[in-house]
Amino acid sequence: MSGLFSTRAWNKIWLYRGTFLLGLANTLKTAAIALIIALILGIIFGLMATSNKKVLKTISRIYVEVIQNTPVLLQMCFLYYALAFSGHSPGIIVTGFLALGIYTGAYMAEVIRAGIEAVPKGQFEAAQAQGFGYVQMMFYIIIPQSIKVILPPMTNTIVNMIKNTSCLYIVGGADLLSLTYSFVTGENTGGSYAPAYIVCGVIFFLICFPLSTIASTWENSLKKREQKAAINLEATEA
Amino acid sequence: MGTLKNSLSMLGNPAIINFVLYGVLFTLIISVVSVLFSVVIGTGLALMRNYCGKQKALLLKVLSVVYIEMFRNTPLLFWIFICVVFWPCPGFVDQAMFGLSSVNNKLMFKAAVALILYTSGVIAEIVRGGLNSVARGQIEAGYSQGFNMIQIMWYIVLPQTFKAIIPTLLSQVITTIKDSSFLANVAVIELMARTKQILSAANRYNGTNAINVSDVFVLFGMAAAIYFIINFTISITVRRLQIKKRTSNGILRSSNMQETYVLIQENMG
Repeated sequence: MSGLFSTRAWNKIWLYRGTFLLGLANTLKTAAIALIIALILGIIFGLMATSNKKVLKTISRIYVEVIQNTPVLLQMCFLYYALAFSGHSPGIIVTGFLALGIYTGAYMAEVIRAGIEAVPKGQFEAAQAQGFGYVQMMFYIIIPQSIKVILPPMTNTIVNMIKNTSCLYIVGGADLLSLTYSFVTGENTGGSYAPAYIVCGVIFFLICFPLSTIASTWENSLKKREQKAAINLEATEA
Repeated sequence: MGTLKNSLSMLGNPAIINFVLYGVLFTLIISVVSVLFSVVIGTGLALMRNYCGKQKALLLKVLSVVYIEMFRNTPLLFWIFICVVFWPCPGFVDQAMFGLSSVNNKLMFKAAVALILYTSGVIAEIVRGGLNSVARGQIEAGYSQGFNMIQIMWYIVLPQTFKAIIPTLLSQVITTIKDSSFLANVAVIELMARTKQILSAANRYNGTNAINVSDVFVLFGMAAAIYFIINFTISITVRRLQIKKRTSNGILRSSNMQETYVLIQENMG
C-alpha cells in the first residue's frame, strides 16, 4: 500500500487537486451530454419498438441488438479511429459522449419499450376511442402511467453510463479515472497510488451510490405495490 | 474507400486470423472462468447480506453490503488499475505459457481477478433477487423438518434460487464477455486488444503502406461481428429459457410487469 499513510503523498494529492477536479468535470460533462443523446435515441427507438409498423419495429430491434451485444469499448474505438483516419478527429470528449450516448441509447430504448408495454392495452384503446391523437395519447395517458416503471431501470442505466465514462481511457482519456491513472504514473506526480485511487474511487462512489440506492428503493416499493395489487385482485375475484 | 480490397485481404492472412481466433478463445475463457468464480463468491455475499441480520453475524452482513455497494458503484477499469498494481501474483503465473509472455500472463491474472471481484458484486445482487423470490414458507417448512440453516440453504433454497436466476445469470455472461474487453486497456490478450493491435500494424499487412479508414471498418467490423454472434446466441437462449419458464410456471396473465423486472435485472450489469 504505497503511501497510504504518508502525509507527503496526501499533500501531493492536495497540491494537484486541479487534476482530479478537471477529471470530474470532464466525466460529468461527458455523462451529461451522453445522457441527452441517450434519452433522445431511447425515446425515438423505444417509441418505434412499440409502434404498429413492422419496419420501425425491425429497425429499432436491430439497433438495440447490435449495440447491446457488442462492447462499448469497441464502439468507442471504432468511432474514434474511423473519424481519425478519415481526417475528422473530433477530440476525445466528443468521441466519448457520442459513443456513450449511442451505447446507452440502446439500453434506454429497451427500458422505455418495456415501460410502455407494461401499460395495459385497454388504455391505448380507451385513449383512441376518446379521439386522442398519438402524441396526446402518449403524453396524457401512457407516459404518466409508465414513468414509474421506467425510472428505476433508467437510473441504473445512468449509473452504468457514468461508470462507463472510464472507457475514454482507451482513446486517450480525459475523464476522472484516466487523469488519476496519468497522475499516479506521471513523471513528476507519480507514486502515490493508494491515496490517488482512494480519492478517485470515493468520487465515483459519491456520484453513483445515491443514484443506485434511489433506483433500488423505487424498484422495491414498486414490487411491493404490485404484489399488494395482485393480492387485492385475488381477494375481489374470490 | 478505394482501399477496401486491400483491407479485406488482411482477413485472408492466416497469421492474422490465427491471432484473432486466439483472442476469441481468451475472451471466452476469461469470461466463463470469471463468471464461475463470481457465482461462488456472489452466492456467499448474497447469503450473508440476506440471512446474517442477527447480532453476531451482523458483521458479515455489513461486510457484504459494503463489498457489494463498493464494487457496484465504481467502474471496472478502476479495479483493473488497482489490481494490476496491488494484487499479489503467485509464482506459477509469472512465466511464458498459453502463447503469452510472462508479463502478459501476470497482467491477465491480475485483470481477471479484478473482473471476478467486480462481477461478484453484480452477481450477488442477482442471487439476492433469486433468494427473495423463494417463498418464506419454504424455510419454515425446512426448520419444521429438523433441517439446520445450512441444510435448508443447500437442499431447499439454493436449488430453487438458481433455477429462477439462470436466465439472468446467462445474460450476465453476455455482460462479462463485453466487460472482458476492458482488459484491452492493460494488456494484449483478448479479442479487443488484438484487433486494436492489428489496426496499429495494418500498414504492414494491407499492402498500401498506410493505415486507411477501410482498415478500421474491416477490422472493427470483424471484431464486432464476432462479439455479436457470441452474445446474440446467448441472448436468444436467454429469451427461450424465459418463455419456457413463464409457460411452465403456468402464468397465463400478461406478465409485462414481470418482463420489466427481468429487464431491470439485466440492466444491472
